[in-house]
Amino acid sequence: MSLAKITLVRASAVAVPGDDIDTDRIIPARFLRCVTFDGLGEHAFRDERTGPDGKERAHPLNTPEAAAVSKAKKGVMVVGFNFGCGSSREHAPQSIWRFGFTAIVGGSFAEIFFGNSTALGVPCLSLSKDDLAELTALVQKQPGVEVTVDVEGLKVSCEGRSWKATIPAAARDGLINGKWDPIADLLGDDGAVNKTANGLAYVAGK
Amino acid sequence: MAKTLFQKVWDAHAVRKLPNGQTQLFIGTHLIHEVTSPQAFGMIRDLGLKVKYPQRTFATVDHIVPTNELREPYSDPIAQEMIEALRKNTKDFGIRFFDTNTGTQGIVHMVGPEQGITQPGTTIACGDSHTATHGAFGAIAFGIGTTQVRDVLATQTLALSPLKVRRIEVNGRLAPGVYAKDVILHIIRVLGVNGGIGYAYEYAGSTFDAFTLEERMTVCNMSIEGGARCGYVNPDQKTFDYIKGRPYAPKGADWDAAVERWKSFASDPGCRYDDVVKFDAADIRPTVTWGITPGQAVFIDEKMPALESLNDADRQTAADAYQHMKLSPDTPIKGTKVDVAFLGSCTNGRISDLREAAKYLKGRKVSPSVKAIVVPGSQLTAIQAVKEGLDKVFTEAGFEWRGAGCSMCLAMNPDKLVGDQLCASSSNRNFKGRQGSQTGRTVLMSPVMVVAAAITGQVADAREVFKV
Ligand code: SF4
Repeated sequence: MSLAKITLVRASAVAVPGDDIDTDRIIPARFLRCVTFDGLGEHAFRDERTGPDGKERAHPLNTPEAAAVSKAKKGVMVVGFNFGCGSSREHAPQSIWRFGFTAIVGGSFAEIFFGNSTALGVPCLSLSKDDLAELTALVQKQPGVEVTVDVEGLKVSCEGRSWKATIPAAARDGLINGKWDPIADLLGDDGAVNKTANGLAYVAGK
Repeated sequence: MAKTLFQKVWDAHAVRKLPNGQTQLFIGTHLIHEVTSPQAFGMIRDLGLKVKYPQRTFATVDHIVPTNELREPYSDPIAQEMIEALRKNTKDFGIRFFDTNTGTQGIVHMVGPEQGITQPGTTIACGDSHTATHGAFGAIAFGIGTTQVRDVLATQTLALSPLKVRRIEVNGRLAPGVYAKDVILHIIRVLGVNGGIGYAYEYAGSTFDAFTLEERMTVCNMSIEGGARCGYVNPDQKTFDYIKGRPYAPKGADWDAAVERWKSFASDPGCRYDDVVKFDAADIRPTVTWGITPGQAVFIDEKMPALESLNDADRQTAADAYQHMKLSPDTPIKGTKVDVAFLGSCTNGRISDLREAAKYLKGRKVSPSVKAIVVPGSQLTAIQAVKEGLDKVFTEAGFEWRGAGCSMCLAMNPDKLVGDQLCASSSNRNFKGRQGSQTGRTVLMSPVMVVAAAITGQVADAREVFKV
């Protein structure tokens, strides 16, 4: 299986600030009633974007800049700390990705969300608190501004400013080498898997 | 060298080092349900792969099951489609399915322990973040995403990086009216909702030694709410006694060998931890959440925090939370009007929870202004409860008695809040919109506190209501 090498994403950015944004907010549970991930994109942040009265409300994803991301199928989402906490639903990064975002920059990410995103080829890079505040302010002032997410060089830049970014080494390695989906590696040595299994009494039935 | 349980289980299941530096870890037990597995089966079909160990994969249905409809087809055609997809997938690939007509269906994190599938020293994965529940038995249990469900189906392994281990010790006796749920809500309040990122939590100390397996499950269940991917308690005699005789428990001579093996997985005395945190059980009081993250909690007799008292990072989320919850900073939460009482979920939907709740409910009535439902987490729990007459205690008091499932813990079935109803809930998440109405409000608490809220119509201190 050959996958794209994801070394750098340069695209328009939209900021969706706030800490502890959980996956129920990213994709409400009623949209998990499905047997495929198709169609999740339009429901990303649905209950934040639409009021109880069914009317659209002010939200970064209801802007022309976000619509442009959807159209281009390319964009950078700028978020806060502990993004994607809560439920393990892969529907959350799927909805963000299907909306059109191809990279996420934030303060920190919940682990399952991070892993799910990486497995989709969506890099999640972290900035320090102050740097993130600076980037968020730039993007909020000028929604749709171009942001460069350099996965290989571990930096994020915008408007001539550049900040040091972090991402766990294994995820970076997978993204830049086109091996972000681990299935090929996991299928790579069946003998070793069987050997481990045979050593486990509860699996081998011993 | 002295090792933690986490290290021992990890070492026993490590297949090899992957080129990216991660470990290929063997997953001995794979649990699946209807929400996060259909896409994974789709992927393995697309790739032309098979399920490598169908006999180590177990399925049940829980999230979408309507708990007030016993017959199919369900009135929600999508729910019907999802249950049928799981039936087909498990049949096509030869996987055991604890279906609704077997008397063994239930929330996936209850079915594993009930069947004796959940065992010490094993690795468990499930496409569900509350998989840490199984850690109560000394298993290392991970919640995973759907692509990883595919990985486990196809290879029985995952690509993972090891976690650090934080030992969380709670010592002493809990005061009357204080429960395992209060212990974990307190731990999360103190360590934060992201305090556990990068860690496995080892729960220990005399309070945990004294806990039943069901109480240990309540605590391990909410590890993820503290940011920890997994949580566990070292196995002991209580663990073995719980497993003995269950359908998938080892039998005969195998049993003794298994117990010896299980014992050997417990953390060694003197092993090194990446961090140690200690709590005194006597300091913990009944705890309730006031906000929209499980860490936004106070003791029932405390005031909710003033915004000025919070640090910068927490203040914004708190302001957002107060607005959503329609509550005021620096005021008591006690006395807040409650519209709905929900007793159930994989945190607190077990037989001991129902017994304890029924003990205080007996002879009392639910407030006329409250809609109260009780949802046993599994069919086996429901059967046992009926045998003990608990269903009668609940219905006579004015609770609706339901079939097994996730119900109002999350909004994937007909049980939902309406408008800005406030729900006293024994579940684990108080996120905005979690219970099905985007303006709905959730206050997390122990089952006995839910009963106190149901009968008084307010967030109440169960110790006062029941004079304990
Ligand atoms: S009861 Fe709630 S938390 Fe538990 S598995 Fe069901 S939806 Fe998830």
